[in-house]
Amino acid sequence: MQTASFRTSAKCLLALLALAGVVGGAMGLAGPPWAEAQAKPAELKIGIVSFLSGPATVFGVPSKNAAEWLIEKYNREGGIGGVKIRPVYADEAGGAEKQVAEFRRLVLDEKVDLVIGYISSADCLAVAPVAEELRKLTVLFDCGTNRIFEDSKYKYVFRTKAHQVLDSVAAAKYVLSVKPNVKTIAGINQDYAWGRDSWESFRRAMLKLKPDVQVVAELWPKLLAGEYSAEISRLLVAKPDVIHSSFWNGDIIGLVKQGAPRGLFSQSLVVLTAGEHMLQDVGKDMPEGVVIGARGDHWFLHNANDPLHKEFVDGYRARYGRYPIYPSYHMYQAVAGVKAAYEKAMKAAGGAWPSLDQAIKAFEGIEYRVPPGRTMTIRGDHNGIEPAIMGLTKHDPKYPFAILDRMMVFPAAEVNPPLGVKSNDWIDSWKK
Amino acid sequence: MRGGKALPLVAAAVFGAAPLVLPGWVTFLLTLAVAKSVMVLAIALLLRGGLVSFGHGMFFAAGAYTVGMAMKWGGMREAVVLTFLGVLAAAAAAALLGLLIARYRGIFFAMLNMAISMVVYAVLLKLYWVTGGTDGIGIRTPTILGVMPERESLRLVMYYFTLVMTLPAFYAVHRFWTSPLGFALRAVRDNEVRVEYMGTSVARVIYAAYVLSGALGGLAGILTGFSVGHIVPDLAYWTTSGEFVFVAVLGGPASIPGPLVGSIAFEFLKSYAYKYAAFTWQMTLGVTMLAIILFMPGGLWTIYEGLARQGRQWRLSWKRTG
Repeated sequence: MQTASFRTSAKCLLALLALAGVVGGAMGLAGPPWAEAQAKPAELKIGIVSFLSGPATVFGVPSKNAAEWLIEKYNREGGIGGVKIRPVYADEAGGAEKQVAEFRRLVLDEKVDLVIGYISSADCLAVAPVAEELRKLTVLFDCGTNRIFEDSKYKYVFRTKAHQVLDSVAAAKYVLSVKPNVKTIAGINQDYAWGRDSWESFRRAMLKLKPDVQVVAELWPKLLAGEYSAEISRLLVAKPDVIHSSFWNGDIIGLVKQGAPRGLFSQSLVVLTAGEHMLQDVGKDMPEGVVIGARGDHWFLHNANDPLHKEFVDGYRARYGRYPIYPSYHMYQAVAGVKAAYEKAMKAAGGAWPSLDQAIKAFEGIEYRVPPGRTMTIRGDHNGIEPAIMGLTKHDPKYPFAILDRMMVFPAAEVNPPLGVKSNDWIDSWKK
Repeated sequence: MRGGKALPLVAAAVFGAAPLVLPGWVTFLLTLAVAKSVMVLAIALLLRGGLVSFGHGMFFAAGAYTVGMAMKWGGMREAVVLTFLGVLAAAAAAALLGLLIARYRGIFFAMLNMAISMVVYAVLLKLYWVTGGTDGIGIRTPTILGVMPERESLRLVMYYFTLVMTLPAFYAVHRFWTSPLGFALRAVRDNEVRVEYMGTSVARVIYAAYVLSGALGGLAGILTGFSVGHIVPDLAYWTTSGEFVFVAVLGGPASIPGPLVGSIAFEFLKSYAYKYAAFTWQMTLGVTMLAIILFMPGGLWTIYEGLARQGRQWRLSWKRTG
């Protein structure tokens, strides 16, 4: 009896579904009315997504702080062409699937005009196709993967920073300038995409620049493992001249505090390609003579007298009690990029508020000023290029943490692949 | 029994019409919730036999990654074929693992599932050049029966595709629960020895339930992958599996609609917790779970059942007095 009734209801259900599908499809095909809003809006609503919970808050909170500080400054100065910016902050924790749902909520429920966000590469890769589907301007501000614009083309997605190849190539060049007779290298990197990609680019660049270099160890501890005694023992036995690591967060503290007493840092030249963001946390425990990268030229003492940079560093420090770190600079580049693109588009449209297409057109190939007082360029592939700095740690009585000594600045053209060339092909094409 | 007949019809009308009145982002959440309810159903199926799995994420990942790989390396685009392939792969995995796992009960069953799912997670992570590591694999928009959905109607099409694919799953579990095998599973939970004495093989019952739940897990993974458009190894991580057990308890594992209700409630709870408590959303989820366990041990679906019972009594007393 029950089964028979279930069968009838199942049939009705199918019929209903089919009907709903037809009606729904017809409605969908008619398409939503995409209004070309040319009148000046009351405000520009920006969704800002970064880690507000979990271990990656070391990047998320400093970048949110920078957004907060910069947007308030812009609003005090009259916003973008008289339109005030209103930020809507969201948490990046929860994984790629959650971020896709969150992105849709920001766009369709909160009705933001654009989204700035994403520190994790997986989140960037997952969100970019959704941005295209929803036709929403989306500015990736911190994720490092080179896959995103090398494997796909996007119309609505931009990244206002360079990808991870910059850090690895700059690190290889810097190592060869401070230690030209390097014979052996080793890598200790977190076992996930960022660690793997970083080591691959560094190893490739080193072997290309100095073909007689030997790789003596490749170690892949788990992300956020925190305990590295076995890996440190391996490195002490292998005695590499140079150790490469793209560690971040507490993993850097773990490596430094466990490795320094055992002589790891005096035995080998250690390269921390993302080390800049942890210097203030490691404090006086950081050994001297460690190579530190800043994922660009983001260092608060670099070009410190430039008025734009000084204003940012002083303002940020006064408000949050710390110096800005590279994710803060990346957020600055994203917010400033949006402002520059809208202003450029307004100028081209004779002062009228730009449509989305006009704003996107203005964004391609734009150049604007960012700290530390240099020009930021977004190329035709929607990806930014930046110069890179590298330096050696040194303690200075003026600061409670290590600062950078023997700093070298690599111009953007030296550490970013030319437009349209894939990173690995670019490194392979170098001539000795 | 009135409620039993009308319920699927009402549900069909509500789910069929929902995206026509709801805003786009809610439709997307609903798609996700419906897709994942199949996974919760798989967990609830095992719970009926007194078995808790903290590793069912591996079937979720098996389904999703079969589709991802077939798309990335095999160049396949057809959703119906891919779904069939993925379910088959997940069922095959469950059939193989079931030979071992179906022999265990209680904490050993839960932990063995978890252990194997963590191995799957590690493999997806380590085979970086094949699976993309933590960056995952992008699932491109599939064709459905050879037709490529338009960008404007894509979400709607995916919603109805998910709904139609979910129907056989719910129907299969309904049939399973009312079949001798399903009754045997309930009996296993109460007294295994007696079931054996009655001449039914306990191992076979549990094995069948395990393979079915594995296949359902695979289907859920595939549908989730299609709607999100990106898959990552986290699908096989034990917290993902734990979340499904959480949702099964939230909705009420003892009924067919329970998993669906729980899944929908969970997706919206999570989304609103994000919206209104960006800094403390995890705590919101924890407090809700505590409240459910303390005050509604049968899950959300017991609210409806309680109301329905009360309604019947009302009608009866009305008739008597009138």
